[in-house]
Amino acid sequence: MKRWLPHPLFTLMLALVWLLLQNSLAFGQILLGLLLGWAIPRFTIAFWPDRVEVHRPWLLLRFVLVFLYDVLVANLTVARLILWQEPEQMHPVFVTVPLDLREELAISLLANVICLTPGTVSAHLSEDRRSLLVHALDSKDPEAVIASIKQRYEAPLKEIFAC
Amino acid sequence: MNPLIEAALALLVLAGALFTFVGSLGLFRLQDFYTRLHAPTKATTLGVGSLLIASALFFSLQGPGLSLHEILITLFLFITAPVSAHLLAKAALHQRLPSLAKLPESQEDKSDQGA
Repeated sequence: MKRWLPHPLFTLMLALVWLLLQNSLAFGQILLGLLLGWAIPRFTIAFWPDRVEVHRPWLLLRFVLVFLYDVLVANLTVARLILWQEPEQMHPVFVTVPLDLREELAISLLANVICLTPGTVSAHLSEDRRSLLVHALDSKDPEAVIASIKQRYEAPLKEIFAC
Repeated sequence: MNPLIEAALALLVLAGALFTFVGSLGLFRLQDFYTRLHAPTKATTLGVGSLLIASALFFSLQGPGLSLHEILITLFLFITAPVSAHLLAKAALHQRLPSLAKLPESQEDKSDQGA
């Protein structure tokens, strides 16, 4: 089973992407999408041998909604900073966020989310995967940045992937 | 097409253009490489996002059936923008580019010790 269908979720997602690319729901396209979704993970299994498991799908949905809202806020915040803040008065700072996540996919998701949300860009993942270096655009209180990342994004990710 | 929808579309396109412009303005206004990274990753996401929503609405109402290509573009943008920002920041740290924020101690030294 695991050998023949290594990543069922990935299969579904690839099929969906294929249908979106074709912009069609014809039966043939669904079949072709599923075929591609089955074949691609099958041939790339060497690159990611561990199966990804989503333990709390509803939490994932909530996480995505929170994330989309934060992207909106992030854009407005950064736009406001660029337009009205004097660049000399900004307080950019590097902070190191200790990671509780262990799964690779969860860590990459977290790094991606950090990049898209208010005033932070992830810059470096430590060699031992235990901490993430983050650059904050304007923050007088580095501790608050760390706390908000851990509580708002890392905690739900940890529950979703149970790692 | 309904004038109300047309107005909404125009508004979306304008908002998109505005945010994309702010993103580019950020490249000019901000002071060092690291802060400049923030402008194109953030302000531009919303800009391109509004443009794509406008495009999806327009072609769904205009042509036959729904137009969903835009969802894919958004998805790819959300995957690629942070990755490129992350790699640029990493490369900048490697080069020890001057920064307004206090630079963290060299990451390479740390990993050399580990190796």
